[in-house]
Amino acid sequence: MSTKIDDELFGSADLQWEKLKNKLFLGICFTASLFGVVVLVFLLADVAYEAGIGIVEFDINIGQFLTEGGRRDPEDAGFYAAIVASVWLMALTAVMAFVVGVGSAIYLEEYAPDTRITRLIEANLANLAGVPSVVYGLLVLAAVVNGFGTGSILLAGAIALALLIVPIIIVSTQEALRAVPDGLRNGSYATGATQWQTIRQVVLPAAIPGILTGTILALARAIGETAPLIMVGILFTARRPPGPLDSFSAMPSQIYVWAAQPQPHFHHLAALGIVVLLAFMLTMNAVAVFLRNRYEREL
Amino acid sequence: MIQTATETESCDNRSTRPDETVLRASDLNVYYGDDRALRSIDMAIPERKVTALIGPSGCGKSTFLRSINRMNDLIDVARVEGELYFHGKNVYDDDVDPVALRRKIGMVFQKPNPFPKSIFDNVAYGLEVQGTTDDVDIDERVERALKNAALWNEVEDRLDESGLELSGGQQQRLCIARAIAPDPEVILMDEPASALDPVATSKVEDLIEELAEEYTVVIVTHNMQQAARISNKTAVFLTGGELVEFGDTNEIFENPDHDRVEDYITGKFG
Amino acid sequence: MSTDSPNDSAITGDVARADRIRNRHARRLLFTCASVTVITTVAIFAVLIDNAFSYFYGVTLHDAILGVTFEQQVSFSEFLTGTRWAPDHARPAHGVLPIVYGTLAITVGAAFVSIPIGTATAIYLSEYASPAVRSKLKPTLEVLAGIPTIVYGFFAISFITPLFISPLGNLFGHHVGRYNMLAGCIVVGIMTIPMVSSISEDAMSSVPDELRNGAYALGATKFDVSTKVVLPASISGVFASYILAVSRAIGETMAVTLAAGFQAQITGNPFDEIMTMTAYMVSMARGESAVGTVEYQSLFAVGLVLFVMTLTMNLLNDWIKRRYREEYQ
Repeated sequence: MSTKIDDELFGSADLQWEKLKNKLFLGICFTASLFGVVVLVFLLADVAYEAGIGIVEFDINIGQFLTEGGRRDPEDAGFYAAIVASVWLMALTAVMAFVVGVGSAIYLEEYAPDTRITRLIEANLANLAGVPSVVYGLLVLAAVVNGFGTGSILLAGAIALALLIVPIIIVSTQEALRAVPDGLRNGSYATGATQWQTIRQVVLPAAIPGILTGTILALARAIGETAPLIMVGILFTARRPPGPLDSFSAMPSQIYVWAAQPQPHFHHLAALGIVVLLAFMLTMNAVAVFLRNRYEREL
Repeated sequence: MIQTATETESCDNRSTRPDETVLRASDLNVYYGDDRALRSIDMAIPERKVTALIGPSGCGKSTFLRSINRMNDLIDVARVEGELYFHGKNVYDDDVDPVALRRKIGMVFQKPNPFPKSIFDNVAYGLEVQGTTDDVDIDERVERALKNAALWNEVEDRLDESGLELSGGQQQRLCIARAIAPDPEVILMDEPASALDPVATSKVEDLIEELAEEYTVVIVTHNMQQAARISNKTAVFLTGGELVEFGDTNEIFENPDHDRVEDYITGKFG
Repeated sequence: MSTDSPNDSAITGDVARADRIRNRHARRLLFTCASVTVITTVAIFAVLIDNAFSYFYGVTLHDAILGVTFEQQVSFSEFLTGTRWAPDHARPAHGVLPIVYGTLAITVGAAFVSIPIGTATAIYLSEYASPAVRSKLKPTLEVLAGIPTIVYGFFAISFITPLFISPLGNLFGHHVGRYNMLAGCIVVGIMTIPMVSSISEDAMSSVPDELRNGAYALGATKFDVSTKVVLPASISGVFASYILAVSRAIGETMAVTLAAGFQAQITGNPFDEIMTMTAYMVSMARGESAVGTVEYQSLFAVGLVLFVMTLTMNLLNDWIKRRYREEYQ
């Protein structure tokens, strides 16, 4: 009798199936979560492999690659002009996006009254963050490149990238400002400071590590953006490093030009370009993480 | 316009001259949205004395304190009716700038809130926002404020360190130094010792008594012994934002007019 | 020292006047910054509509309003129902459907990758993974979202297509070229996995443990709890993540351009080359040199369609979040 009860309670076939189902489910979920990691490894390995083949079999000279401008002939082609263009883009984008993004966030977080206009601005931010990057390119193409007649210059590309990352910077800056305890603000107001004095001398210094972290992460996203630059500029291979008012081909657009070519030599140049691009992004992310860890314990 | 305080006999042994009124509330009501946090308060706070505001939590004593320097302005839903005179000028008049008002009335908070700046910069902060640009002047006044806050000896040789490195009690005295550096007339204190240990508390209490020689001090406390020890005047608020009794501290603690106040003080509730 | 006269209190405006004025200036300046974001949105609408008008009527909308004469050169019905897209061809055709189809094909295909894998990942992260594992796995997956899309395009043509899709195509007797629909679906799916997994996991983690414990107390297994308690309880967040992933897939440009190609056609064969709206835009981009040409005008017509599609998705996402928000506090 007792064994029968045991069976019913703990050993029924149903429970066996339940257990199996659970194991299966865990297996599926675990495999799924590993899938992303495996793809990431393959992706990085593929890029490294293709770049390696380029160096070994196609005799791409890394020194030449980093110091020469673009060329029609893959034998002589380099990445230098594209690197300089991207650095210029980042510098100009950083200045514009930082001013507008941080300024907006301060307004929304510290000054804005809870009115319909404020809510409209906030709702619009979420919408802007979902606009495809290629559309920002169209906006700048029509409004700046042709509207103001600047032509396809680097500065116009920077404007497109800045508009693209402003919503990201606003959101991360708002978070950083929210993390500043209200006690500090009250302490400042009670000392007879105006709101602006409080923001400039107490709130911003306390929030600046978070703001910088967010800005750098946003820039790391911008440096890999290709579509808006293609809309703004002309796809071509730049020989000489550009200034802000020159036409340009930045790292990602140069990679696209190379990757779209049928000759294998260009293909490996693209891989090497990707290595450089990823190295830039990695560095920027590392700086951001460093900043965050360095200042996290304060406050 | 001058009334109340001068009429009562002062038991204060520190000063025998008649009290001058610095702050006077007249039919002051404060609302948070639809809730009435203060009911028709009338009170005259004397100059260079310690006035304690006591009462159970939620009785409106902190609200009253914050309405003096218009910190309630920073709360969206707060609304003030009635008058509060600072030297005969209603601080809720349209032409009063709360920023200018707060430069005359300093404040110390319950939780020490030093800025993430150096000790020196914390104390100099008020001077800087109020437009002092002379470095020598700032140096002197920072030193004087730290001395008055009884902190100078402890931080003299590490003024460049962050204010956050100090202990809780030191941080609170730093905040007091920050409040007195611009030389306000009144210092408001919102339970300044409640977050501190007993040793730090007694230091802050000593300090408050000394401050009353130069400043008018209004202090909110939930600790009745503390009120009895350090204040000259006591105001008892009871639930509902009512000021039930206001008078000399000795009178209130020894012979209160109202039974409810006696019950509260002897610990029957609250 | 003090009398009851108002004169010596000095609490009226004058003392802090300069500071107050500075505060007002700062506020105004910061408001200007914030209004840039609104101006951007308005400008996007204006620019797209203004120039898309020129695709249909030959002149921009603002020229038309200013009195420039115009006549319709492309009919809306052809644009919306035509099945051949070759606006720059000698015999032009203006049916946008093939490239809309291309975009939708990629989007749906990508969803078949990102939604199951992303959701399963989210369940693993939220219900099974130890905090230590989660704290490593989550940022690693987010790296996937941070990799530039051009790199995914490269990955498609150098790895996925030659190593997986070509052999698969041969198996089914199809010749697979450099570009194909399937590769586009896969890379876009992969790059949107982190959006699904991250946002879904946030939603699942915010389901309170009381709900889980209630189910366990009734004898539920972890499988039951995950699929019958946690998933339903977090469904609005999970759904929002799907919509975000879809919206991202619609606007995705470089990866699909490199992976799926430039052949505007409506085809059910996943090994065929197709063209998305974004790929068309990349292929037509000629900078300032092309103003007034049909290529230039068509960019904005297609851009407007693309923008309306993603805007719809974003509004839908907004609506779902507001309508079905679960509050657990």
